[in-house]
Parts: sequence; structure tokens; C-alpha cells
Amino acid sequence: MTATTSSRPARGTLSVQSVRMPGSIALCCAWIAIVVTIGITARWCAPYDYTHQDPLARFARPLASLTHLLGTDYLGRDVVSNLMIATQTTLMIALIGSIVCAFIGTSLGLLSAHFGGWIDNAAMGFADAMAAVPFIIVSLSVLAFFGSSPLLFVFLVGFASWERYARLTRGLVISAKEEGYAEAARIVGVPPMRIYLRHMLPNIAGPLIVQFTVNFPEIILLESGLSFLGLGIQPPETSLGLMVADGRSYLAIAWWLAAFPGAVIVLTTLSISLLGDYLRDRLDARLL
Amino acid sequence: MTAFILARLIRALAVLLFTVTLVFVVLRLSGDPAQQMLSDNAGPEALAAFNAKWGLDRSIPEQYLYYVANVLHGDFGVSFADGRDVFTVVSERIPKTLVVTISAFILSIVIGVPAGIIAAVRRESALDKGVMAAAVLGYSVPNFLLGLVFIFVFAVWLRVLPSSGSSTWNHAILPVATFALFNAAAVARFMRSTLIDVLAQPYIAAARADGIPHLEIVLRHALPNAAIPMVTTLGFVAGGLLGGSALIEPVFSWPGLGSGFVNATNTGDLPVVQAMIVLFTAFMVAINLIVDVLYAVLNPKIRKH
Repeated sequence: MTATTSSRPARGTLSVQSVRMPGSIALCCAWIAIVVTIGITARWCAPYDYTHQDPLARFARPLASLTHLLGTDYLGRDVVSNLMIATQTTLMIALIGSIVCAFIGTSLGLLSAHFGGWIDNAAMGFADAMAAVPFIIVSLSVLAFFGSSPLLFVFLVGFASWERYARLTRGLVISAKEEGYAEAARIVGVPPMRIYLRHMLPNIAGPLIVQFTVNFPEIILLESGLSFLGLGIQPPETSLGLMVADGRSYLAIAWWLAAFPGAVIVLTTLSISLLGDYLRDRLDARLL
Repeated sequence: MTAFILARLIRALAVLLFTVTLVFVVLRLSGDPAQQMLSDNAGPEALAAFNAKWGLDRSIPEQYLYYVANVLHGDFGVSFADGRDVFTVVSERIPKTLVVTISAFILSIVIGVPAGIIAAVRRESALDKGVMAAAVLGYSVPNFLLGLVFIFVFAVWLRVLPSSGSSTWNHAILPVATFALFNAAAVARFMRSTLIDVLAQPYIAAARADGIPHLEIVLRHALPNAAIPMVTTLGFVAGGLLGGSALIEPVFSWPGLGSGFVNATNTGDLPVVQAMIVLFTAFMVAINLIVDVLYAVLNPKIRKH
């Protein structure tokens, strides 16, 4: 009997044919790999303690000496070390934030689709209200009045665009319910939870993964924006946005302080967006 | 049509009321404004006096009713920071923000829409790839960083434009350019994908089989149909401009709502923050209302319902 209940090949929509990926996508993957490696190993690989100050070597220009490859800042701190730790912080926040966001959104979308009725209305109404205020305005006021703590911050950025996951999941589940495999599984008495997780989720994973690649760079941008305004990550911790904010005051005499963290932000969000576009074409997943 | 607009209007007011309530409750629960405004070593009498002065010692439902009643009379309270009327503090910043956002909005349409159309019509050409590359880049650069790059190039390096302030028209160029380029990227991207979708429709193939010239198909048949989804996108863009003002205005020290909001959150000026959130929400609700109505005007399918 189990044979008849199993759906299409479980990971059918995710199967990757052996087509060569274009060079630009390979480059994106390479950059993402580098950034992730830096993020994981930053604490061990950083040449200096990122808070270590060297007042005699303030504003050292990049590439001028081998000791400070990307120069030093206004307190003589090593830019390379700071950049590595900042990358780690930003990636961690974006990763946890994205997962929180995907989890909240997907769950609420699933509940909406499953129960319908007033639960559906309430969830979708909440989603509409979320879209009614620019999120950065909400997050600024929450951070200002609750006081910025790393935990609050991560959950806040994770809350940013859950409604898109919710709408997407809701739409996908409602249309997947109509398909033969879900109907068949329901008729033979597979419990709903198992239908959703075991049979439906693999089939609707494509668009959700693409949404993740759209969401992840947005969270990086939100994190860096809030930190740039001084309401995100607080010193002595550091993040890419905070480094850009720090460098802002020295734009005229030390361009490298803002330029390097800025470049890391741009290259990372660009790589993930391009990879997402590529995946969307390959998985043929249209976002609703 | 009137019934449709009326229904949307009621819904818009409901969203506004809901947001005002939510913001009020969240902000009141979020800590002690007195502690935030006064210094850390303020004595208990000073804190109590502050709370009594601003009515913060009453219960939250009581404060809420009081607040809503006052707001309906146009009284948003008094700024904690300098004792001025919040309505004045906020409203003197509105024109500054509108000047920048409206010019940027128009500019991003003027750049983005033609770029998207060209990319869609000449699909897969070098031109298309160029436009899309620029659009993806525009998507990936944080707007405040783009602002800093502009300051570096035009103010620090070339020394042709002022970096901050708002005293002359020249001061508006960099903020407008930052906003516009950032949003033109989004507009171009959506315009392209919408038009490509429309061009794949059967009625376009029919028009083509009929021997109608290519240019006429695009202008007379495809574009009006692509305009409907574009209205929604432009609504998002307009909303994004408002949120973006909180990031871009401080970069250029542009004294609009965005930098006012950031200042008020930094100093814990609760009445100003509250009034500004209500204002931002009102703007967003108004934009959504306009989008809905335009949608109905443009799309006969909805109008009939």
C-alpha cells in the first residue's frame, strides 16, 4: 500500500541535469565559497585581533605594507582583520534571519492554506498590514526603544519579509492540494502533516529556494543599513554596515575604510542574486 | 466604481487605525521614555515629574484614548526634545522629502521604463544584457553606499557638487540621483519581465500574423496590457522611496522626514517618532489606495465587479 501513496520522485523538481553552468555563475559560486570560508574561519585566520589598536600606524594606506595589507583605520586597527570578523557577523545575521523568516513565513502560509477560513483571513490580513509600513521604519523604532541587542536584531531582520514566504507557500500549497498525488495520499489516509512535509514540501521546494536567494541579500542590505544608522550591531562588535558607517567620516582622507566593506557587501549580494536568477531559470520556478 | 472606491477607502482607514494602535502599544511597552530622555543619574522625583508632565503615569488604555482623541483634532503632542508642537516639527520636513522623492520617482520611470522596454523587445541582445547587468547591480548595491560613492566622486574627488545640506538646488542633485538610479534598476527589471510575458500572449501572435508592424504591436497592443502590472510595481517603488528616505537622507544630511525620523529614534523622542510612523503609514496607505483605484480604471475586468 505504501507504494501507491508515495508521490512523484521525491526530489523531482530539484534534480539537476548535467548541463555546464555559465562562467559568471561559477564566479558567483566561487565568491560565495570564499566569503563563507572567511565567515567560518575568521576568528582563527584574522592576522590581528580586530580590536587591536596601533596608534603609530593610523591611516596606513592599503597595499603600502605587508603588515596591514588593506591598510588601517583611524585607531590603527587592521582593516583585513576587521573585514573578516565583520563578514562573519553579517553572514551569521543574514543566515539566521533568513532561516527565521523562511520558517515563520512557510509555517503561516501552510496554516493559512490548510485551515482556510478566519485563520487564513487573519494571517493574510497581518501580511497586508506588514506591507503597509516600510519595514525599515518599524525596525528603527523597535530597535531604538527596546534597545539594540543581537538577539532582538536577528529576529527583527528575520521578520522583515516573512509575508512573501507566506503568500508564496499558501499559493503553492493550495494548488498542490489539487494535484493527484496529494489527493491520492489523502484518500489512503496519510496524516496531513506527513502529506505536507514528506510529499508536498519537496515538490514546492523550488520556488521557496529561489525566494530564499531573493531574501538573503535583502537581509544583508537591511542589516548593513540598520548598522549604518547606528541601530544594528553595536561596537565593539563589528559588521559590514558598521564599518561603512565608520569609514563615512573619513571619506576625504581614507577612502579604503568604507570602500572595502562596501565592496564585500556588493559582491556578496550580487553573487547571491545572480545565482538565484540562474536557479530560477533552471528550476523553472516562477515567484507568485 | 464609487462603491469600489468607498470600500477601498474604508479598508485604508482600517489599516491606518490598526497601525496607529499597534505602534502605540508597542512603543509604550518598549521601555521608559523618561529614562531615555533624561540623563542616567536623574533622580526618581525628576522621572516622576517628567511622567506626570506628559501624562505617562496614566494607564496605557487611558493614554491611548487620550492620544487618539488628540490626533483626531490634529494634535500630535509636543516634542520631548525641544517642547515644540509635533505637528509643526514634522510638517516642516514634509516638503523636503517630497521634493526629493517625487523627482526621483519621475526620474526612475523616465530611465527605467524605456530601458526595460528596449531590453524586452531586443531580448538576448547585448543591449538587453547590458540593461539587465546594470539592473542587477543597482539591486545589489545598498542605497546608502551608492550615496557615499556619489559623495566621494562628485564632492570629494571632482569637487563639483555639495555633499550635504539643502540650501541650494545643487544640494538636491546627489540625493535625487541616488534614489533614482536605485529605483530605475527595479523599474527596468519589472518592465522587462512584464513586457516579455505580454509579448508571449496569443493575441500578440495573432496581431503579428495579421501583419501589423512590430513597433505598432509593442506600442498599441503590448504596452497598455503591460501597464496594469506595472502600476502595482510602481506603487511598491513609491513605498520603497519612503522607507529609503530613512537611509539616504542621513547620508546627505538632507533635512527631510527620513533624517528627522532617525534623529527622533536616536534621542528617544516618542511623540515625534509616533507621529512620523502615522504619517509614513498614511502615505503608504494613500499610495496603495491610488494603486487600487488606478488598477480598476485601467483594467475593465475588475471595474465590472
